[in-house]
Amino acid sequence: MIALSGVWLTLGERPVLNDISFDVQAGQTKVILGASGSGKTTILRVILGLYRPDRGSIRVDGQEITELDERNLTLVRQDMAMVFQGAALFDSLTVRENVWYRLWEHSRLSDETIEQTVQESLQFVGLADTVDKMPAELSGGMRKRVGIARALASGAKVLLYDEPTGGLDPINACMISRLITKLSTKGITQVVVTHDLDAAYRVADRIVMIQRGRVIFDGTPDGLQQSDDPAIRGFIDPGSLTNGWETFANPPNPVD
Amino acid sequence: MLTGSFDLRSTLIGYVLVVQEFTALCGQAIAGLVRPPWYVRETIYQIDRIGVGSVFIVVLTGMFTGMVLALQGAVQLEPYGATIYVSRLISTSVVRELGPVLAALMIAGRVGSGIASEIASMKVTEQIDALRAEGTDPIQKLATTRLVACVLMIPVLTIITNGIAIFGGWLIARLYLGIDSYFYWTWAFEAIEQRDIVVGLVKPAVFGFIIAMVGCYAGFHTKGGTVGVGLSTTQSMVSSSILILASDFLLTKLFMAFP
Repeated sequence: MIALSGVWLTLGERPVLNDISFDVQAGQTKVILGASGSGKTTILRVILGLYRPDRGSIRVDGQEITELDERNLTLVRQDMAMVFQGAALFDSLTVRENVWYRLWEHSRLSDETIEQTVQESLQFVGLADTVDKMPAELSGGMRKRVGIARALASGAKVLLYDEPTGGLDPINACMISRLITKLSTKGITQVVVTHDLDAAYRVADRIVMIQRGRVIFDGTPDGLQQSDDPAIRGFIDPGSLTNGWETFANPPNPVD
Repeated sequence: MLTGSFDLRSTLIGYVLVVQEFTALCGQAIAGLVRPPWYVRETIYQIDRIGVGSVFIVVLTGMFTGMVLALQGAVQLEPYGATIYVSRLISTSVVRELGPVLAALMIAGRVGSGIASEIASMKVTEQIDALRAEGTDPIQKLATTRLVACVLMIPVLTIITNGIAIFGGWLIARLYLGIDSYFYWTWAFEAIEQRDIVVGLVKPAVFGFIIAMVGCYAGFHTKGGTVGVGLSTTQSMVSSSILILASDFLLTKLFMAFP
């Protein structure tokens, strides 16, 4: 469904992605794991076409997107939706208008059908009663759930999540993880960027681990836990580190 | 010396880059006028916000400008016994220069900085990226709609400013200088030529373009979180004010070349 091959990207003068290659099968939930600043969010942005890589290939549903212009990228994006780190709900619109935005802009569905989709999406995330509220009236967890409802209502085949559990209390984080797991049973392809190990193990079919813009692991959650690679062990069990903290905590190319 | 020449080079490259990006943004915003989707509701909303929302400040601007012109004009004309012609001075200076420029500067402060801060906030909270992710062209949605609203509404606001300024001048002329209303209004209208009206409408349309596009450029190119939002707002206000004054000079010179 999504395949990255030899992707390189430099932002300003900072190399951010260095020869990134992995793929995501249709219906799979793939977690991109890594420390802050490792380039995880940038990977989502190149998949969505918000950044154009310097080199390499990105195929979405078989279509090479790196050479598409903005108008054709817009068509590709209609099959994808992203849940942003801060939810990125449109401040000037109500929850209802945020969730129906894409359908209202791009589909020819009737208002009744759109309203029904909005209600179903909000019910799915347990926020049917917030439909007339403004984003500013919602808590952080609620905003993220509305973000998921917006992505879900769009009918996209691929959902991309940027730190979906970041900054949330354990209960809200667990709730978001459950929603992602529930969506995977609907056959939606999902790419989840996180540094939250609990969430990663809970939702992942496969995990890619990134360090300083390079893939250092691509495998199953069990494979990650059993890995002897010092870089991986240092990330999943930081208490075991006696030195080399800077590799994880203070990477030289902070980009996220 | 070497360092100095390098700094100058990178500064010049920076300016060229800004002009290039600004031109590209203007081109994309104008292109949005001729290709669907047309955001009619958004445009009407912006017309209301930019146009109707600015009426109060342009009324105050026009009123005080006209009143001050009447007071100062009377002082200058009195030695020649020509105080009665003060309305000529008010109407020509307001319609040709002061109305369009002062209204545009006030609107740049209110609307231009508002456009910059709104788009800048959307940029730093990833809402611009969210628009792109939702399959919407943010330039067409945000810049084109504001461009249309400014180019349409600033001439209208300028007409209101001009009218109120001449009215303000009449208040002073009638109540303070004791000039007869008939003479005031007769000379006020006689002094205005058809050409003044054309110039007085073309200028605000150009100023509207500047206010909208400078505000959008500052917003879309915001970097650095909330500090960046503040910088973009200031940058928009300063840049559009300077461009309004510079383009006023150039337009005046241009119109003078075609009598």
